[in-house]
Amino acid sequence: MAYTEESLKTELENQEYEYGFTIDIESDRAPNGLSEEIIRFISAKKDEPNWLLEYRLNAFNIWKKMEEPKWAHVKYKKPDFQDICYYAAPKPKKELASLDEVDPEILRTMERLGISVNEQKKLTGVAMDFVIDSVSVSNSFKEKLGELGIIFCSFGDAVKEHPELVKKYLGTVVPTADNFYATLNSAVFTDGSFCYIPKGVRCPMELSTYFRINEAGTGQFERTLLIADEGSYVSYLEGCTAPSRDENQLHAAVVELIALDDAEIKYSTVQNWYPGDKEGKGGVFNFVTKRGICEKNAKISWTQVETGSAVTWKYPSCILKGDNSIGEFYSVAVTNNNQQADTGTKMIHIGKNTKSTIISKGVSAGHSHNSYRGLVKIGKGASNARNFSQCDSLLMTDTSGAHTYPYIECENSTAQLEHEATTSKIGEDQLFYCKQRGISEEKAISLIVNGYAKEVLNKLPMEFAVEAQKLLEISLENSVG
Amino acid sequence: MSNTIIKIKNLSASIEGKEILKGVNLEVKAGEVHAIMGPNGSGKSTLSSVLAGRDEYEITGGSVEFLGKDLLEYDPEERAWLGLFLAFQYPVEIAGVSNMNFLKTALHEKSKYLNEDPISAKDFLKRVKEKAALVELDDKLKNRSVNEGFSGGEKKRNEIFQMAMLEPILAILDETDSGLDIDALKVVSNGVNTLKNKDNAIIVITHYQRLLDYITPDFVHVLADGKIVKTGDKNLALELEEKGYDWV
Ligand SMILES: Nc1ncnc2c1ncn2[C@@H]1O[C@H](COP(=O)(O)OP(=O)(O)OP(=O)(O)O)[C@@H](O)[C@H]1O
Ligand SMILES: [Mg+2]
Repeated sequence: MAYTEESLKTELENQEYEYGFTIDIESDRAPNGLSEEIIRFISAKKDEPNWLLEYRLNAFNIWKKMEEPKWAHVKYKKPDFQDICYYAAPKPKKELASLDEVDPEILRTMERLGISVNEQKKLTGVAMDFVIDSVSVSNSFKEKLGELGIIFCSFGDAVKEHPELVKKYLGTVVPTADNFYATLNSAVFTDGSFCYIPKGVRCPMELSTYFRINEAGTGQFERTLLIADEGSYVSYLEGCTAPSRDENQLHAAVVELIALDDAEIKYSTVQNWYPGDKEGKGGVFNFVTKRGICEKNAKISWTQVETGSAVTWKYPSCILKGDNSIGEFYSVAVTNNNQQADTGTKMIHIGKNTKSTIISKGVSAGHSHNSYRGLVKIGKGASNARNFSQCDSLLMTDTSGAHTYPYIECENSTAQLEHEATTSKIGEDQLFYCKQRGISEEKAISLIVNGYAKEVLNKLPMEFAVEAQKLLEISLENSVG
Repeated sequence: MSNTIIKIKNLSASIEGKEILKGVNLEVKAGEVHAIMGPNGSGKSTLSSVLAGRDEYEITGGSVEFLGKDLLEYDPEERAWLGLFLAFQYPVEIAGVSNMNFLKTALHEKSKYLNEDPISAKDFLKRVKEKAALVELDDKLKNRSVNEGFSGGEKKRNEIFQMAMLEPILAILDETDSGLDIDALKVVSNGVNTLKNKDNAIIVITHYQRLLDYITPDFVHVLADGKIVKTGDKNLALELEEKGYDWV
């Protein structure tokens, strides 16, 4: 059963005083700071079973002994973890009467992205008065998925309705003690998405978190668990090209993908969190752990277009456990002004005849820094493993930086590894050539960058690709120097 | 007077403090073809870059009037929209951007500037087909990335294809004949002649009299050391071929 805000509230009000809190269970917001008490509060608020509370507490105890990683090529003021609010009830977004009330800059961007007026309203929380009844659209969508046995719901609902699946797979790809931010997430995550594709089912549509965004609201500690059972296929879209502002500075999500034998998961992300002002003030810190595991003959393909956030730290990875499994990583990361991104992937080859492909395209403008960090690891048993890596960097200015840190650990001599890397500066000659043909600088940059990133953009589902192209254009406005 | 397309007066320009153009004077009227010849390094490409608006060059003196407007006041893309086209001596490669996308973007930007309706997909394709045939551009090249992996001759042919698509009022062809085999030279010249009409004008920069057998110039100028030192008709080119530049 799905909860509405009201039914959840009533139920919690009627619940017995179980854990001996001093925090008022009725409050919609936990006091700032992190303690066992806060975690119990979150768990109770979400009416969770005991095993999940234990899972959280265990993570918290591990986290207390951990230190923030310092190896990434990023500089930022460390968040004060005792000054963050770890639980706030998802407030229904304040409904606005018309688009006139929305930040005109956001509207302008959406217009340029080609987002329709109706979608603009939906995304900014303006009351929808006509044409699309978004509830009925998403309902008929759910009905169709239901017929196929596909489960696609919020993480919170999954815990209640499919506890056996959640319990079986949660933390199996990203173990509790994995890394500082993932462990923190395991202790305090508030919601996220859950998806299960049954055996042999090919999901007939692109699954997009967008359909749920208004229901659940994205938290700062999101948790996503996606399971593709044997022989199934799913393409999953995460994020949105529209600029997202968020009052929470720190975002630490965890995404776990499980591709069982012969299954295939295509996971695409477009991330456009607020990067802050020109100095990067007020921008989002995005520390994400994304990892998938492939069983026999399975395939996981990560595609990402990253343009937002002040600081990004993100390495979508694949554990190629099953024989003949395939991992892919296609990434475009754009940084401008004072943004910093340290992103890449890990391909862990364990099974025989496993194959991985890494295509990373960095674009740095302004004073930004863009790093690729990748690990290709070939285990002892991974005979005939193959990897192809290509890491290109494009510099738009003399003041921006591109860095590449490819790591290789190979324990099997039958492996074939290929690595290519290039760094180039956007050519004055190219820009002038375009301008001479009547293409303005802005459009010329967009053409050149989109051309450069084409291999990756081509991997995105059509509907995303067009918006992503425009997004690159907008992100690089006035960026040449 | 009203049929003057471009009027260059006493134009001087320098790069990195070095003066390259030292007072160029040239007037081109509608319907005319002018040829500019001159030794290597005399400033021919510099002149075309300056006219097209490349900002590395510093204009140190003189003026340029284009269709009655002060050309030097405009950005390179605006000059293109006004009808100036430069076929580059060394065309640039742009990876991942198809020729079609490139031209469509260029045409759309132009119609936006001129407040015209953008060309429809159908008309665009029609024009592509027609103009590609004009310069016998291989079908495959149309969809490949701009100049990427094109042979030297293919690049030059593509420049004229672009010119045909954009229908400029003044086209400057900087050594478009260099690197073309004799058949390609005929095709390209034929294309240029077809595009020529009483309302537009062409400046061809070349080292070889040979090109002028196909594209007949009304005037031939010799640019040496940043100045036009001699002007004549097409016989001047023949004379130069025979006697070399020392003679002027
Ligand atoms: N970016 C630059 N920096 C320094 N000098 C330059 C630059 N560009 C051109 N020059 C110099 O300006 C002079 C004129 O060059 P330009 O390319 O205009 O000659 P050209 O007449 O077109 O020669 P060619 O017949 O070889 O094409 C040359 O001496 C060249 O070295
Ligand atoms: Mg030259």
